Amino acid sequence: MKYRAFGFAVIALLARAAGATDEKNAALREGPDSDLATARCSICHSADYIPMNSIFLKQAGWDAEVHKMIKVMGAPISEDEAQKIIAYLTRYYGVAQ
Amino acid sequence: MATRRALLMAAGGWALGATGALRLARATLPSGAADPQILEAIAGKKPLIRRSSRPPNYECPAAYLGEAITPNDRFFVRWHLANIPQVDARSWRLQVSGEAAGQSFELSLDQLRHEFEPVELIAVCQCAGNQRGLAEPHVPGVQWGPGAVGNARWKGVRLKDILARAQLRADALEIAFEGADGPVLPATPDFTKSLPVWKALDENTLIAYEMNGSALPRWNGFPVRAIVPGWAATYWVKQLTQIHVLNQPLKSFWMNTAYRVPKGKFPVGERFESQENETSTPILEIDVGSVVSNVKAGQQFHARRPVTIQGVAWDSGGGIRQVDVSLDGGQSWNPARLGRDLGRYSFRQWHFTHTPERPGTGSLIARATNTHGAVQPRDWITNPAGYHNNSLQKIDFAII
Repeated sequence: MKYRAFGFAVIALLARAAGATDEKNAALREGPDSDLATARCSICHSADYIPMNSIFLKQAGWDAEVHKMIKVMGAPISEDEAQKIIAYLTRYYGVAQ
Repeated sequence: MATRRALLMAAGGWALGATGALRLARATLPSGAADPQILEAIAGKKPLIRRSSRPPNYECPAAYLGEAITPNDRFFVRWHLANIPQVDARSWRLQVSGEAAGQSFELSLDQLRHEFEPVELIAVCQCAGNQRGLAEPHVPGVQWGPGAVGNARWKGVRLKDILARAQLRADALEIAFEGADGPVLPATPDFTKSLPVWKALDENTLIAYEMNGSALPRWNGFPVRAIVPGWAATYWVKQLTQIHVLNQPLKSFWMNTAYRVPKGKFPVGERFESQENETSTPILEIDVGSVVSNVKAGQQFHARRPVTIQGVAWDSGGGIRQVDVSLDGGQSWNPARLGRDLGRYSFRQWHFTHTPERPGTGSLIARATNTHGAVQPRDWITNPAGYHNNSLQKIDFAII
């Protein structure tokens, strides 16, 4: 369906309504910038995409994923925020280099 | 066709020609991916393996893939974008239009049911990324095990009958599908897909309003979805609302960038030439595959007591010729008995009864071969998006 202009509050509401289930079981591990990662990533998807891909992504892999979300999927994440999120994901969901 | 068959045979021969014990991926997901492997029942479904809750991606446990027909409430669920409306069947309309359509029109569900000849077809719907989570090296994406696949009896109308009413112009090139689902953010590419006209006009390509005798479940595309037998589920657009007759290739992230495989790595079968480029082609046909439905890793069998191992096998429409079962990690193979043939696009059930002689351990592998001689390969052919993983899977068991 072609997207029609919504206010941000409406977007958040829709995102919540569209979820199949309760997402509380899929919270990200707490740590520096975990709130930022949750806030940005969960605009479009539940957090379970992150542990699901954590077994093999290194820093470069998380960097590629975050930048794909920005460049391809249009995620509203500044470069400064992206670096913080990549560092968080690498530390808590990355494998050793 | 001869070329294709030769290539498929070559691929099979290469897998079979390997000497010694096969080194195979484990049939269980690595521990990291297993963390979120939680069984959960979403609306209208019995418990499925949760890969992600929003957008909903849920896998059918292998235990429910033993039947020839997968029950609707166990059928896997796969969505790319989280804005999934609840579609009202009464106000739903299918719009047919496009620059290469002589006629534009829309159809209600009643019109679809009554103004076209109804057709039923049993066909396997398999996600292009099925078994991605078992691939080594791992690639990002939904880490599916073997259950992003299901088989159903679909009822609907032939897409070609709808297109006849649209009066395709001579320059019609692709038939594009759009569903009611959409992205959360305006900047995210909407999920749109297309077929080459020749595939859209295939008598087996349907627009379906029933699945196993019932309305489609919401999570499988209520009220209407595309059925593209033999091709990956990415083309089976759910909550279908628009069909566009195009005179140029569809520009869509989900066609031009995603769901593609490198050229030269896989046998060339059917082609979608208007979406090919220098380096890659859209993923099209699903591969010959199989699953064991009643044995889990670590399962114990009793010596001197017969055990029947069962499952299903399928391919892209050639039909299954044989399924072989190994209990020693691929050193020796035994033919399984095939169940009833429900059509060339359907799951084919198989079973094999064995009586272990003495306590010990073993490794179970099922291997399907289709009527063209294509065999499940030992190793996955690496590709960036983790598609075409129909490689053999090993299930270790114990005999007590």
